[in-house]
Parts: sequence; structure tokens; C-alpha cells
Amino acid sequence: MLRDKEKKLIRELWERLIPVAEDIGSDALLRMLVTFPGTKTYFSHLDIRPRSAHLRSHGKKIVLAIAEGAKDISQLTVTLAPLQILHAYQLRITPSNFKLFSHCMLVALACFLGEDFTPVTHAAMDKYLSAFAAVLAEKYR
Amino acid sequence: MVEWSDQERSIITSIFASLDYEDIGPKALSRCLIVYPWTQRYFGGFGNLYNAEAIKTNPMIGAHGIKVLHGLDRAVKNMDDIKNTYAELSVMHSEKLHIDPDNFRLLADCLTIVIAAKMGTAFTADIQAAFQKFLSVVVNALGRQYH
Repeated sequence: MLRDKEKKLIRELWERLIPVAEDIGSDALLRMLVTFPGTKTYFSHLDIRPRSAHLRSHGKKIVLAIAEGAKDISQLTVTLAPLQILHAYQLRITPSNFKLFSHCMLVALACFLGEDFTPVTHAAMDKYLSAFAAVLAEKYR
Repeated sequence: MVEWSDQERSIITSIFASLDYEDIGPKALSRCLIVYPWTQRYFGGFGNLYNAEAIKTNPMIGAHGIKVLHGLDRAVKNMDDIKNTYAELSVMHSEKLHIDPDNFRLLADCLTIVIAAKMGTAFTADIQAAFQKFLSVVVNALGRQYH
């Protein structure tokens, strides 16, 4: 699915994004909550107003997990095993929402990287986020 | 009928008023063909689509991207009746072009990302939401006459 060149591109890009994990993560989350209001149903326990501490820390958590997976994409199932269990048995987020979040992450990256978010980078990122979401939902049924 | 707030209307008209069609049109279409390569099936007569560079610099694709982007102008001018505004175009996309309507959504997503890259942080969550709402109404209208 992901070619070696793409895995390298993804790995290097996410390494660059770790220092701004909170910014990118909270931006992507906010975009999702505002653009797709149905996703707010999963956050009744958090303060999801723009720039809230909850939004920032939750966004950071998600980005760091994505960055961790990017370090060795061929080991995604191993790296994400604990998160698979969390999502399948506790969070039980309807999997179609992963697509909505992935899209908003792509938009957040486009805003952040501007012209550097080239079509090739976009394609590789879309593939990686799809693979990530698929692994995350693997233990659902 | 779709309800538009004043804020949403002004966001949409302002985005299109300051849009550089010659820049954004080609970028959006070529991005769609690169990120979702199966969409190239509709562009058999458009010359070299062999790799990302070829697609990005292909003049036929560029010209078509501008044409498609201008196709949105009528929706901007008729936001209260996008469904009927595009009835004929929908029939054409179904019966003449035979385009799978799910691909309209893919192009809309690529357009959103191209505009996000251009506007940077000025493309706020609220602006994104309004823009995506507009595009989803357009996408629905274009798919409506398929049978």
C-alpha cells in the first residue's frame, strides 16, 4: 500500500510535527467538531471550546499517537495494539468518524504547511491516515 | 431548502470574490487526479497523466480545472436554489459523462485543501465549515438527477 519513499516522507514529516503536536492536534479536532457537528457527541465529558485546555491536550495525544505509528509503519498493528483495545471496547467510536477526523487533519496540515503540502505529500498522508484508521478499528468485530 | 446564515453567505461570496481561478482551478483538479488516481479514468483523452509532475503541468488538465471551478459560480449566485440550478448539469454528468457521483465529493475535498493551503491560518474552522457545507450542497445537487 505505502511505498518505501512514502513511508520515509511520512516518518520525516511527523517527526517535524511533534513539537507542534498541540497546535496541529487541537486545530484538526476543532475543525472536525465545527464542520461535522455529529462528532461532538463523543465529547460530552470534555470542554471543547476553541483553545480550551482539554482540546489542546486531547489533540496533542492524538497527534503523538499518529507520529508514533509513523516511526515504523510496517509495525502499525503492534504499535497500535493498546489503542485498538481502547477504541473497540471502551470508546467505541463509529469508524466512519475516523474518515472525518483524517480529512480535518489533512486540512490542518494544508493550513500549516501551505505550498509544502504538495499533492504527493497529500496522497501519502491520506494513505497513511487511512491505514492508521483501519488498524484502529481492527478489533471492533 | 438549505438554510444559510448571513455569516455563511458572506463567507462563501468572499472566498469566491477573491479566488484566483487560474491558479486554484488547475491545482484542485490535478490534486484530485494525483491523490485519487482512479479519477484519471475520466480523462483518457487529456494527454500525459503518467506521473504527478506530468499531471501538474498538463495544460489540458489546467484548462479543465479552470472551467470546473467557474462551474461553481452559478451556485454562489443562486445559493437558495442550488438543486435546480444544477439539474441540467447533473443530467449531463450522469448521462453524457458517466461520472460516479462519489467522485464529486473527492474533488470537493481537494478544492478545500488547496484553498486551505492558500489561505493558511486564515482558513479558520468556521470558514471551513461554511465552505464544506456549500460544497456538499453542490455535490448533492450534481448527483441528484442520476437514476
